Amino acid sequence: MKKKDHLSIFKRNVPHSTAILQKSTVGIAGCGGLGSNAAVALTRAGIGGLILADYDRVEESNLNRQHYFQKDIGKIKVDALAEHLRAINPNIIINPAVIKLSPEKIAEVFKEADLLIEGFDKAESKRWLIESWSSAYPDRAIICGSGLAGIGRTNSLKVHSSGNVYICGDEESNSSMGLCSSRVSIVACMQANVAIELLNRSGEK
Amino acid sequence: MIIVNNRDKLEWEKGMTVQNVLDKMRYNYSLITVTVDGKLIPANEYDSYTLEDNSDVNVFHLAHGG
Repeated sequence: MKKKDHLSIFKRNVPHSTAILQKSTVGIAGCGGLGSNAAVALTRAGIGGLILADYDRVEESNLNRQHYFQKDIGKIKVDALAEHLRAINPNIIINPAVIKLSPEKIAEVFKEADLLIEGFDKAESKRWLIESWSSAYPDRAIICGSGLAGIGRTNSLKVHSSGNVYICGDEESNSSMGLCSSRVSIVACMQANVAIELLNRSGEK
Repeated sequence: MIIVNNRDKLEWEKGMTVQNVLDKMRYNYSLITVTVDGKLIPANEYDSYTLEDNSDVNVFHLAHGG
């Protein structure tokens, strides 16, 4: 029996973007508020492959902002997220990495990724991720979230970039203020939006 | 002249390091990452990485949350 191609999912996409995205693979370092929501946006946009890396399990307190459900509580995040993404597009290629990431593992785990989306919680971890990725793959972009806490202040959210480093957020607010689903999701979708733009730009060359 | 974050201007001095720029700009965020002319500079090189005149420096603040 012929496998259904499911490409009709993408028939309302921006013309020509689907073919480029279908050939692309994005790495997601951390599948929490940033990573899970960015992964959903990329899947709906038509990304061909995702490398999902996280070692955590879903907790109830994640549900205020992360793309998980009550039935996922206790599951490995990468497994639960892969299931949700395949429920959108059964043909997406997902490489799961249930692993606690550290600087020396980045190059190997994400070697097939065209670019990397950062989804860590701690600022210190964001820094070593940027440093290790830029050292291993200076020609590939890393797209981070920084400053996504609190409520409102939509106008303060921006993309600050230089070279292959892209930072989405307000670069100020931190999680001690508390995290609100809409603001976290905006920043996650800004990350996905930058990724889609970069992949299309390089795919047109 | 050094341009910081596409906005601020700083007089260039011979031998100026990334750390000198951070001090002069009074960046007091505990966690930052820095690029010079689009190249990521690791934190352990801020004291030793010297800038050419007309360098384009970007200082990104990294805040907790994800």
